[in-house]
Amino acid sequence: MTSSKDTEHPLFQRIEGVRQRTGRVRDPIVTQAHGGGGKAMRDLIDDVICGALGMSAQQIQEDQARFSLAALAQYGDRLAFTTDAYVVSPLFFPGGDIGKLAVNGTINDLAVSGAIPLYLSCSLIIEEGLPMETLRAVLQSMGEAARAASVHFVTGDTKVVPRGAADQLFVTTTGIGVIPQGLEIAAHQLQPNDAILINGYLGDHGAAILVARGELQLETTIESDCAALHGLIAALHDAGITIRAMRDITRGGLSAVLNELAQASQVHIAVDGTKLPIRPEVQGFCEILGFDPIHLANEGKLALAVPSEQIEQALKVMHAHPLGQQAAHIATCRPTPAGLVTLDTGFGGERILEMLVGEQLPRIC
Amino acid sequence: MRFVSEFRDPATGKKVLQQIEQQLRQLGHDASHPLKIMEVCGGHTHTIFKFGLEGMLPPSIELVHGPGCPVCVLPVGRLDDAIAIASQPDVIFTTFGDTLRVPGSQKSLLQCKAEGADIRTVYSPTDALSLARQHPQKKVVFFGIGFETTAPATALTLLQAREEAVSNFSVFCNHITIIPTLEAILADPSLRIDGFLGPGHVTMVIGLEPYTFVCDVHKKPFVISGFEPLDVLQSLVMLLEQFRQGRCFVENQYKRLVQPQGNRVAQQAMQTVFEAREHFEWRGLGSIPHSGLRLREAFSAFDAEKHFAIPAQQVADPKACQCGDVLKGAIKPWQCKVFGTACTPETPIGACMVSSEGACAAYYNYGRLSTSRKLEATR
Ligand code: SF4
Repeated sequence: MTSSKDTEHPLFQRIEGVRQRTGRVRDPIVTQAHGGGGKAMRDLIDDVICGALGMSAQQIQEDQARFSLAALAQYGDRLAFTTDAYVVSPLFFPGGDIGKLAVNGTINDLAVSGAIPLYLSCSLIIEEGLPMETLRAVLQSMGEAARAASVHFVTGDTKVVPRGAADQLFVTTTGIGVIPQGLEIAAHQLQPNDAILINGYLGDHGAAILVARGELQLETTIESDCAALHGLIAALHDAGITIRAMRDITRGGLSAVLNELAQASQVHIAVDGTKLPIRPEVQGFCEILGFDPIHLANEGKLALAVPSEQIEQALKVMHAHPLGQQAAHIATCRPTPAGLVTLDTGFGGERILEMLVGEQLPRIC
Repeated sequence: MRFVSEFRDPATGKKVLQQIEQQLRQLGHDASHPLKIMEVCGGHTHTIFKFGLEGMLPPSIELVHGPGCPVCVLPVGRLDDAIAIASQPDVIFTTFGDTLRVPGSQKSLLQCKAEGADIRTVYSPTDALSLARQHPQKKVVFFGIGFETTAPATALTLLQAREEAVSNFSVFCNHITIIPTLEAILADPSLRIDGFLGPGHVTMVIGLEPYTFVCDVHKKPFVISGFEPLDVLQSLVMLLEQFRQGRCFVENQYKRLVQPQGNRVAQQAMQTVFEAREHFEWRGLGSIPHSGLRLREAFSAFDAEKHFAIPAQQVADPKACQCGDVLKGAIKPWQCKVFGTACTPETPIGACMVSSEGACAAYYNYGRLSTSRKLEATR
């Protein structure tokens, strides 16, 4: 029999106090309980996820983030909206990790439209057994990347799947940004004589991941170039550069991007192979393994097309930015043969630059 | 990288090209009577393609892309066997990446992998042996393919495996040798080749001596060439010089890596581990006597053909496929009836369309460029 007196007993008060407290996660690994929708999951969200991503408990009381349209309209007149899933293996590699990649990758997908990136979502698929430390480290890194880029996490989701149903951790980030009025950047806008510029060394990310997998028994100092590019893009806008088309250079490498642009605009893109910025380490890595840096993935590189009269000014702006110091004018648009990308090999010969049919490498982003 | 760029200097390249043109003129060759040189090695095909050499050479010389791409000559039946091994339970099947997309009679290794087989890309047979050590409860099979370039590494790995008594490692051996292949090509009456660029890496292993019959019996000059663009051009100059002087010898352009006697350690390892098969089937070329290698009896514990039930069926090449004629230089890739229509890098019918060293894949890319250039010129 319990009397009202009993519930006032200090023991019950203590229990009640503990129940109210936001949970601490002490488990060393993620278990299915953390995805079960109960207290363990609440604790995981409160303790491991929200804090690291800079979200308040209040913010996640509802199942959706809500925005004021008027506030968004201050930035421009169109929304940009993108989503990307990250399944990279290993989760940590020189120069970054899956979390930083997921934040910067989605920011870049927004930014190359000219949009100002504002909000992100974070959806996690966790394989049971993932060390809690690993999860904390990834989320920490996501939070840092978001803060550095001044974008905010506003919503998310977490699922835990049985062992073998996922490889450690998959991250999906969705992003919303606003495109300033009057800005029109699109793949079909290339014109003959336009110049294609890129902001630096090609292939660092792809090479770093391959080395990090440890299958090659190679040791290098190559680091992923993982970075958010919206600052560099803003600098170009501020300098009044007309950007006709812009893409971030990720999977498939530069060759994929140039082929997409050449197709969309029906122009010929002639690449000067001697102008491609490639680190000697990456070049050497590729020579050994028979890869081509032009097909390797990047995570902090973009290609943009500008009118020929703005080449020098655009390069100047890029060279002055930390993410554009190795920027180079690497290709020129010509009217024919339309839709084709060719490469001057630097030896006097010329060849077609094809998109890779399959993947040169599996799972690099 | 200075080492490489030295052999990619465009100014020197231009000079050598002029020399080649001049030599060809002196020899009386023109576009209607081109001199036909076969490069035996897929690595050369790759260089020629990557640097656009074909477009730089005058029309009075024609390069014929020979059978030196090991992926291209792998027959359908052996690939089916590989897939059968890879599909068995508890097997980790390891292979070089470029075999993954080669079509078998039903499917490729890539499709087999998607269906659940544990197929992993490795960069050397020692990686496969490491996997075997890491997964003692699995059977790790290495798909051994390639000429004398890759065969020594397989042999050395097998010696290592025997020494360590690794019991869950085996090799599905499809290694082939260059000399019987050259013999078969030279014996073909339809062949029209004036001289050869010899394979640099293979010769590093086997040395110069084995090629002498090409010159002595068949009267074709033979120059061992390196793999940089200037190496290839320089080797052409050496061949042309032989024609001009009426000489016919095995010469070595790739002196910086190729010793005349080859690599004795590698030869010894191959000798210990492998023996020649009576016959080996080649895609496109049919059966060539003594061209394939298998593991010797002493290594049967490591022989995947002895461990696994494999169909070992001879499968005819696809009917439409003219890879054999392409490999022998009898036709140019674009003269194949299905080139660029039914057979493309996305949907390869023959293996020459798969590997970047394959003649058809190279032409698919390069040929399109010269065609569109010609169209542009006539506009
Ligand atoms: S086009 Fe295809 S089928 Fe024809 S020879 Fe080349 S690879 Fe073989």
